[in-house]
Amino acid sequence: MNLRAIKTSTFLVSSLLLTASVATAAEINVYTTREPALVAPLLEAFTKSTGTKVNTVFLKDGLAERVASEGESSPADILMTVDAGNLVDLVEKGVTQSAESTVLTSAIPEQLRDADGHWFALSMRARVLYAAKDLDLASFNYEDLADPKWKGKVCIRSGQHPYNTALFADYIAHYGAEETEKWLAGVKDNLARKAAGGDRDSAKDILGGICDIGIANSYYVGLMTSGKGGEEQVKWAEAIKVILPTFKDGGTQVNISGAAIAKHAPNKAEAVKLLEYLVSDEAQKIYAEANYEYPVKPGAAIDPIIASFGELKIDDKSLAEIVSHRKQASELVDKVGFDN
Amino acid sequence: MPISSAAARLTKRPGSRWLTFSGIIALIVVFPVAGLLMEALKGSAGLWAHLFSTTLPVALVDTVILLLGVGVVTAVLGTTTAWMVTAYEFPGRRVLEWALLLPLAVPTYIIAYAYLDILHPIGSVQGAIRWMLGYDSPRQFRLPDVRSMTGCILLLGFVLYPYVYIPTRAMFLTQSGNLIDAARTLGISRRAVFWRIALPLARPAVAVGISLALMETLNDVGAAEFLGVRTMTVSIYTTWITRSDLPGASQIALALLLVVVALVALERWARRKQRYATDARRSRGMALQQVSAWKGMLLLFSGLIPVLLGFGAPALYLTTEAWKRYQFAGISPRILDEAVNTIAIATAATVVTIGLGLVVAYATRVRPGPKSSWLLRFATMGYAAPGTVVAIGVLIVLAGLDRFIDRTAIAWLGVSTGLLFIGSGAAVVYALTVRFLAISAGGIEAGLSRIPGSLDHASRSLGQSRAGTFLHVHLPLSRAAISAAALLVFVDCVKELPATLLLRPLNVETFATHLYGEAARGTYEEASIAALAIVAISILPVILLSQVGRSRAVAPSPIGSLQ
Repeated sequence: MNLRAIKTSTFLVSSLLLTASVATAAEINVYTTREPALVAPLLEAFTKSTGTKVNTVFLKDGLAERVASEGESSPADILMTVDAGNLVDLVEKGVTQSAESTVLTSAIPEQLRDADGHWFALSMRARVLYAAKDLDLASFNYEDLADPKWKGKVCIRSGQHPYNTALFADYIAHYGAEETEKWLAGVKDNLARKAAGGDRDSAKDILGGICDIGIANSYYVGLMTSGKGGEEQVKWAEAIKVILPTFKDGGTQVNISGAAIAKHAPNKAEAVKLLEYLVSDEAQKIYAEANYEYPVKPGAAIDPIIASFGELKIDDKSLAEIVSHRKQASELVDKVGFDN
Repeated sequence: MPISSAAARLTKRPGSRWLTFSGIIALIVVFPVAGLLMEALKGSAGLWAHLFSTTLPVALVDTVILLLGVGVVTAVLGTTTAWMVTAYEFPGRRVLEWALLLPLAVPTYIIAYAYLDILHPIGSVQGAIRWMLGYDSPRQFRLPDVRSMTGCILLLGFVLYPYVYIPTRAMFLTQSGNLIDAARTLGISRRAVFWRIALPLARPAVAVGISLALMETLNDVGAAEFLGVRTMTVSIYTTWITRSDLPGASQIALALLLVVVALVALERWARRKQRYATDARRSRGMALQQVSAWKGMLLLFSGLIPVLLGFGAPALYLTTEAWKRYQFAGISPRILDEAVNTIAIATAATVVTIGLGLVVAYATRVRPGPKSSWLLRFATMGYAAPGTVVAIGVLIVLAGLDRFIDRTAIAWLGVSTGLLFIGSGAAVVYALTVRFLAISAGGIEAGLSRIPGSLDHASRSLGQSRAGTFLHVHLPLSRAAISAAALLVFVDCVKELPATLLLRPLNVETFATHLYGEAARGTYEEASIAALAIVAISILPVILLSQVGRSRAVAPSPIGSLQ
């Protein structure tokens, strides 16, 4: 190797080293599994109002493992993720600590936060039905997904995705494992295509004539309809109508996005302030307007697109109970070969 | 470890130092695997019983089908295209020679998402077909869904075949023209030469190429996720992510690793008796055969098919999507930072990987024998492990080290160092090195093995020291192999996703992580600019790669560089 190559690479390596940010006071480090574009507007607004800089690293898988391995040296202050199960996992791995804040406890309803203050929901989303627009269908029960009349007409993402295992776990909470297995096998029989891809693919595939109904999260409708994803997605959204399905003896299954304070957070006080900001009226409005999520704070405004689905009646099974059935749900998905 | 004691005993023998370094490198690679082993030993109650009774049989069968399918597609595409451009002369051959490498620039997860959109019932292809057939709604007429095993095999095959094409073409180029001429004199047709001489002689190269392509296949999670194919790798993910069972996931990963090691060993065993010696001086390569005009057209068009399917169509798709996106939302200033990060990380990892690979490969040259070849195998096992699995192993090892340093610094100096390795990006470089050392060590070893031992003796008897022989004989003669390996590693680092995603420092995004962030929430269209950037960054090294082979074909005789 010639000298110039060595020099260049030395330069590159050292410039790489320089990018490592050294945590200082008045900065908060956030490890998030939420996609940067979703949380960036909130964090920017926080920085603008408080002057506190927020550093983020977006991790998809392995958030808990990374924080746990970093141990007491970890720079992480806040851990943000979606799905109640993921939050409970963080607590069980021992990488969180409790935060005492009356601001948080008064803003977030009891069933949407950990009893010991280890995690807090910041926004909600419902697992809803996308149906072909011209379909003669006004209401829907999750139980109907296994109805043979939908054979070859149902689209859904991988049964192992946390959004789906949470729904299936809710089903277990209502009917027990045996009934859920039968139901899952029925849904599997009704699938129009492989259980794969993302939630928006349900809308796209309804437009493409592959299926008539699909299960997906509520906020995607807002993202598609608003045109933020480009003109094509507006067409996908125009092909569907949204129905808030319910369990026959309950309501609509809801999941959350949330956050926890890291166990070894170097800037705990600032981190709690950020969480408090995230449940403020201003931030809850951003959640609703920018991300089309349901706010957790009672009385906060819902985006008109989302509000047009009708009134959300949240299922009565608690998040804690749903989470406790999650592993079993995942095993049932394997057992019926849902994704095969 | 017996390595160090063995090394101590043998310090007097030539090449001992190389062997020692090689041992150290093998250890560095094995560390993360050891980390995984520790994790796996924590145990996972009932996991295997559950797996055996549910997904494992399906996942195993699907993995085998996928591997067989991709193996066949890449072998057929890789060897036939390599033969086309080395045996026949036709208009456009020189362009085809490098164009065939282009699909290498397209990561598996990008080709899957591009084709999912291109071939969707509401996409342009099916739209055109409906228009021609006179249907106006996809509900009246649709093609079968791409989301299938067949779709996955074909898509992976069309981007992974260059792994076979590169070594096979190099092998065809260096095959002695004499053998082929001898065969031709004995009345064997050109086609029979391919089946009876060229192909059997190129078998090691084809095997290496296929094994690289298959390991890429095993590594893929993105395409399998998009296309709904349930492989063993997906099982690892499900166990880890959905069931929060890292020990269980580590167990599956290690089992998979064992299977891969067994396959590689089997392949080596199958050709244990064969020795391939080539004449490095290559007095003369195989002469290109002129073909008739229409046959030349046929060759050109059939050669262009994999280029168009593996590169042309997805690149065109990405360009139009990126253009639409640009007009819609402009270009994010983050792109520039991401470009710097992507290139810096890939360059650093390439330099380290090539340096270490050179040592490991050179040890097998100066100290041939079971020890050095076992070390080579150990040092290259990271390629077989899925990226996330390597990343977890690296995380366990480096984070532990980071904490130790931090604690020590606080205790002795009263200063916190924070996380040195993970905070600096060194962890990413380490993981990439572990992942891609196989490409560099394997490629360099293949290059070194073409240099006849007689040159070493000549060099030594002409008064060169061992170091001199390395610097003035081996290094220049294996320059082509080293450059080729470096370019491949660079492209792989640019495309790599899971390890970079898990181990990068705060506020650092690369093209791949940005792309994944968008794809993860289904905003593929926003990802198109990053996807195009990955392909664009990879094109240059890929084109350079083709030049490596070409310049070698006209390189002066190695004897000349000795003087």
